[in-house]
Amino acid sequence: MSQSTLTGLGPLVRLALRRDRITLPIWIVVLALLGTATYGSYDAVFPSAADREALMSSLATSPALKVLYGPAFDLSNAGGFVAWRIGGFMALLTGVMAMLTVVRHTRAEEDSGRAELVRAGVVGRHGLLAAAVCVAIGASVVAGILQALALISAGAPAAGSLALGASCAACGAVFAAVAAVTAQLGSFSRTANGISFAVLGVAFMLRAVGDTSTGAAWVSWLSPLAWAQEVRAFVENRWWVLLLSLITAGVLLFVAVALADRRDIGMGLLVPRDGSPTAHRSLGSPLALAWRLQRGSLVGWLVAFVLMGLILGSLTGSLSGLLSGNKVATDIFTRLGGSHALEQAFIAAMLGVLGLGAAAYGVQAVLRARTEETEGRAEAVLAAAVSRWSWLGGHLLCAVVGSGFLVLVGAAAVGTTAAVTGSVAFGQTFASSLVQLPAVWVVTGVSALLVGLLPRLSVLSWVVAGIVLVISLWGPILNLPDSVLDISPFQHVPHLPGGTLTAIPLVVLSILAVALFGASAVGIRRRDIG
Amino acid sequence: MDTAIAVEGLHKSFGSTHALNGLDLQVRTGEVHGFLGPNGSGKSTTVRVLLGLLRADAGAVSVLGGDPWRDATALHRRLAYVPGEVSLWPNLTGGEVIDLMGRLRGGLDQKRRADLLERFELDPKKKNRSYSKGNRQKVAIIAAFSSDVELLILDEPTSGLDPLMESAFQSLVQEEKERGRTVLLSSHILSEVEALCDRVSIVRLGSIVESGTLDELRHLTRTSITAELDTLPTGLSELLGVHDLQTEGNTVRLDVESDRLGNVLGELVPHGVRMLRSEPPTLEELFLRHYSDPTDAAQQPGST
Repeated sequence: MSQSTLTGLGPLVRLALRRDRITLPIWIVVLALLGTATYGSYDAVFPSAADREALMSSLATSPALKVLYGPAFDLSNAGGFVAWRIGGFMALLTGVMAMLTVVRHTRAEEDSGRAELVRAGVVGRHGLLAAAVCVAIGASVVAGILQALALISAGAPAAGSLALGASCAACGAVFAAVAAVTAQLGSFSRTANGISFAVLGVAFMLRAVGDTSTGAAWVSWLSPLAWAQEVRAFVENRWWVLLLSLITAGVLLFVAVALADRRDIGMGLLVPRDGSPTAHRSLGSPLALAWRLQRGSLVGWLVAFVLMGLILGSLTGSLSGLLSGNKVATDIFTRLGGSHALEQAFIAAMLGVLGLGAAAYGVQAVLRARTEETEGRAEAVLAAAVSRWSWLGGHLLCAVVGSGFLVLVGAAAVGTTAAVTGSVAFGQTFASSLVQLPAVWVVTGVSALLVGLLPRLSVLSWVVAGIVLVISLWGPILNLPDSVLDISPFQHVPHLPGGTLTAIPLVVLSILAVALFGASAVGIRRRDIG
Repeated sequence: MDTAIAVEGLHKSFGSTHALNGLDLQVRTGEVHGFLGPNGSGKSTTVRVLLGLLRADAGAVSVLGGDPWRDATALHRRLAYVPGEVSLWPNLTGGEVIDLMGRLRGGLDQKRRADLLERFELDPKKKNRSYSKGNRQKVAIIAAFSSDVELLILDEPTSGLDPLMESAFQSLVQEEKERGRTVLLSSHILSEVEALCDRVSIVRLGSIVESGTLDELRHLTRTSITAELDTLPTGLSELLGVHDLQTEGNTVRLDVESDRLGNVLGELVPHGVRMLRSEPPTLEELFLRHYSDPTDAAQQPGST
């Protein structure tokens, strides 16, 4: 009765669309705007033919940027630049959207028990899976079309725009199919998502290895992410490459259906491993519990910081190459003290980026305490002989120490590759990162204050962190007035290495951070829990 | 000390909602006290105030002789708590949570832990993510009962348990009572409270409407009886405590106040009982009958 296994597809697709009516449009709009935003900036950043020539001969040849962005085929026009600078990233994000969508409507539904309710209705055996895949691929295609339309309306050539949009949509289709398989393997949505992201990670690594090696360029062709780039939108528009994506997606979907027929609802092909029947003797304090809950995410952040640090640091040496063709910039930096000063300024900027990242981690770690509270788990802990200070303090300590550790580890990574490719010593980079810490802890402290004193508003922590991020990264480019720029604590951090070390802003920021955490400690003693 | 929990004139508001409205509660040391009320009546809010998680707006609260807000940590060493809605860390195992909660309370009895795991048939190796609601509740129950404490505060602890496990839970509470522990059992299941409790306080709209031993409250409950008889008795409707009498052929349907049950059965038996079904009184009926009008509920709870 294979013709009936898809019964109910229409209503299930409508149900999924209704549930995703906020999430998917946000994904699609962001994906559509990424390309056209980059397209618009090209003329402003690289106005002359000489600039573009320099871009091609310096940054585009940097192995670090090949790892991040993939190979550059032609950067002499805005379209080719978009395809290189953001095209691979857009394809990857489309894949992430598709994977999360499929798992959300298949395995997560089984986790919650809702799938049972649905399957008990007039719904075919593969109805849920098919609906999830349809919605994920549909969203990828809509995102691709909007990407193309946005680029065309910004003045990009139609053929290239369509090729870029199609390559992203095809990447979405492949990873929707990947998730359709992993949703059969894992017994929980977390496991399924974990395997999906591992596949995505491997795809990224394969592409990075292939793109940076001279002898093994073929390795790239094993990665769906490379297929999106090998379409060479705006340069050659090789549509035939997309056949690879479509065939792969088809095969994977076939595999997913075959696997789905071999398992029961709610079960996965990979049986979850049992854990320990007793708690390790170290798991016996609020701090130990907080660490246990926080450590997984911190390890993830650490890996990201090390990789980012190594890549950012390795760009230090290619800077002078890029700027040798840009007369204005060279003049500025020659006056400042030559290429050494340029490298120092670059490293100072990168340390600032690490600081912002660490602040985001700090906010996330503090908000973990609030999640514990809203989900009712804090209540159980506080009903034991645990004071409120030690409960919240455990999470705040993870946030403070973790964010500081991230800055130092990231700086060590930057310092290592910067010392190899450029002329700034490791010790100088590493020591310079210390000035970021007070600013990191001020942002972390704001969320601590909210969680301690005004728990219902604690989600505003992300608004604060977002404002700081926008001001710090784009404030100078947007020509915001100083009074606005000064809102960000990172605006007051001395520019090290290279700049002068002034103590007063660091002292003020430190006092502010202590005051914020202090207010949090006072608040948590006074308020209701829950 | 003979009073484990003493609450007087407790008020608590959340915004414009008055969750507790002058609640009084006395729990004597060594008794199992039923805290009975429909959903949303203020049971959980009261329990959270007793645990020092919520701050009382007004009123005097004493738990084991201390102020739960001020002395929370010290008091919590001497009590254990089972929440109604058990939320556990998804990536920890049940066994890990039991150990952790015991240690956070100041230690747990390993022998007791093993015994309870067996009695409740819980696999402590499974991640909490994979536990059903009932299994999560077992984790919380085992964690609480493995500790050596004076007072157990149980907030609807059996709402996810199957009947077998519910009876395991009931015998557990019975044992604790025999060991001299004090238990506050919040529930909306009348039969559970009847089976376990020495005294009961009934809460409605944030204040206590009735408090006493089960015998004292017997007049509040009615049992529904359906009987098929050889001949129809006369004068049933005149019997004391009989309500809503219906006859259909030789079948009689009636509600009887629980303390008059014997009289009514005595009246039925001589007429040849072919089939008899009795349904225990439910809390919902009790509330519908006695407290549907909040204004006169406090004055005349027993009148019909």
